[in-house]
Amino acid sequence: MATRMILGAIRKRAVLLSASHFLSLSSVSTSRYVSTLVIAEHEGGAVKAPSISAVAAAKSLSDDASISVLLAGSGPSLHEAASHAASCHPSISQVLVADSDKFKNPLAEPWAKLVHLAQQSGGYSHIIAASNSFGKNVVPRAAALLDVSPITDVIGISESHTFVRPIYAGNALSTVRYTGANPCILTIRPTSFPVSQKTVDSKPSQASISQVDLSTFDEDLGKSRYISHTSQDSERPDLGNARVVVTGGRALKSAENFKMLEKLANKLGAAVGATRAAVDAGFVPNDLQVGQTGKIVAPELYMAFGVSGAIQHLAGMRDSKVIVAVNKDGDAPIFQVADYGLVGDLFEVIPELLEKLPEKK
Amino acid sequence: MKIMVAIKRVVDYAVKIRVKPDKTGVETQNVKMSMNPFCEIALEEALRIKEAKLASEVVAVSMGPSQCMDTLRTGLAMGADRGIHVEFNETLYPLSVAKILRSLVEVEKPGLLILGKQAIDDDCNQTGQMIAGLLNWPQGTFASKVILDKEKQVATVDREVDDGIETLSLNLPAVITTDLRLNQPRYATLPNIMKAKSKPIKKFTPQELNVEIRSDLEVLQVTEPPKRKAGILVSSVDELIDKLKNEANVI
Repeated sequence: MATRMILGAIRKRAVLLSASHFLSLSSVSTSRYVSTLVIAEHEGGAVKAPSISAVAAAKSLSDDASISVLLAGSGPSLHEAASHAASCHPSISQVLVADSDKFKNPLAEPWAKLVHLAQQSGGYSHIIAASNSFGKNVVPRAAALLDVSPITDVIGISESHTFVRPIYAGNALSTVRYTGANPCILTIRPTSFPVSQKTVDSKPSQASISQVDLSTFDEDLGKSRYISHTSQDSERPDLGNARVVVTGGRALKSAENFKMLEKLANKLGAAVGATRAAVDAGFVPNDLQVGQTGKIVAPELYMAFGVSGAIQHLAGMRDSKVIVAVNKDGDAPIFQVADYGLVGDLFEVIPELLEKLPEKK
Repeated sequence: MKIMVAIKRVVDYAVKIRVKPDKTGVETQNVKMSMNPFCEIALEEALRIKEAKLASEVVAVSMGPSQCMDTLRTGLAMGADRGIHVEFNETLYPLSVAKILRSLVEVEKPGLLILGKQAIDDDCNQTGQMIAGLLNWPQGTFASKVILDKEKQVATVDREVDDGIETLSLNLPAVITTDLRLNQPRYATLPNIMKAKSKPIKKFTPQELNVEIRSDLEVLQVTEPPKRKAGILVSSVDELIDKLKNEANVI
């Protein structure tokens, strides 16, 4: 009995081995030709920055990859965005435009169907989007329609089918290989694929723009409807792309005191972030939350005021270049990741910083 | 209307995890396990909908090894009416979980499926979207507010998106995934924990549900993230500004 089990196990293993051998062979043949579809968002006639990071990620899959960008929406701003897409990155070879009222709002249902349609006609080896609220909403749904496993929040690409992604709130890094059929679908963390201004400026080749044939697009759109969107307009830079971020925690004590932090942000040309505690206490809206379940940022300078440094918060900012922590409690975990720590009362430190910091250029 | 809630057993959110020395994964032996925090919120929301008399029954589903029964018991103690355990001892990726859920939806015919927006172990944020795609149901992900209209069979969902809040209206049946701010989950009281012991938990295997578990992903290794170099404590604001200006060159 025992022998039979062992034999069975060996046989099973042998089958698995030959299967993986076969797969590795086939992945070699596909890695020669990498054709990628980038699902892009646009706003005000331009491709959004996280989508351009997705193009940069597509580029790092393979040097001679062909990259198509998929844009959808309706009206003149879509076509402006399409011409921006055609020249926003030298690696883009084609821009696909889906022009229909069905894509006026970023609903997952029509978008997932659109990606499915584009894959059927394009036969891409990879589909990539930015890992933001849009990408996370649409991409897994599209992957399910295509019957493949997507890979979320990729921070590194080592081969065309091997990726690194954080797990357990960034406390471990997992290297995963995709062994399934085409397409290999990923969402990438934009901060891990920065787009250098040099790339963008280097005489971009004008990519061709073509319309997606929507004649077979039969999505029943009655099931979900877009009602409204509310946001707080801010003069400050976008949290996800800011060069400097100043963040406040519960220790700021009130929404009123957060204004002090906003002043500091204005002086530094920074975006304002917050911990979950500060958001839950109602000091600031939820879209300012930095952490495992909020926004992931990696600015050049991250200044944390009255932030203890819980695991879930560190997950959102540990890749910042320089971290400054100001906290009354010298034992706060935030000091373990800070490059510069100042043990002190933020109500004294912030006004002093406001007074002594040089004006931004 | 019946509501089905998927709950996952994960390493407790407060545990500082350790990567195994052989790089095959994260240490999960002798580590405190709990219900994924987002799943608690999903279950709480289902219970509140039932308490508002908008649903008749709340069914909690969990997949994984036999210890998932503990997680299900916790869910029953919170107030779920019954549980379903799909036993499977190896890694289940979201696509397989979504396929198992699809089979269970065919059996149970719920009018609403609620899941957490992500599990705090694999941080995937995929299962809800995938099951919605497989069923061709509308999805309301990252929900911070849910209002059900029983007459019209519609759910109005506020979603937390990158730049604010977006409101959608979904025809039922639908899939909703919960964000942190949807509600504050209740604690199970001792009498309810006792009562939960007598609530039924049905068991299935993926085979019994006609789901073939195949994986198109392979974890090659799990490593610790690079350590940051040790920082320094400065003693004054002046010193801080000086360091930022002249040492780090960031201001």
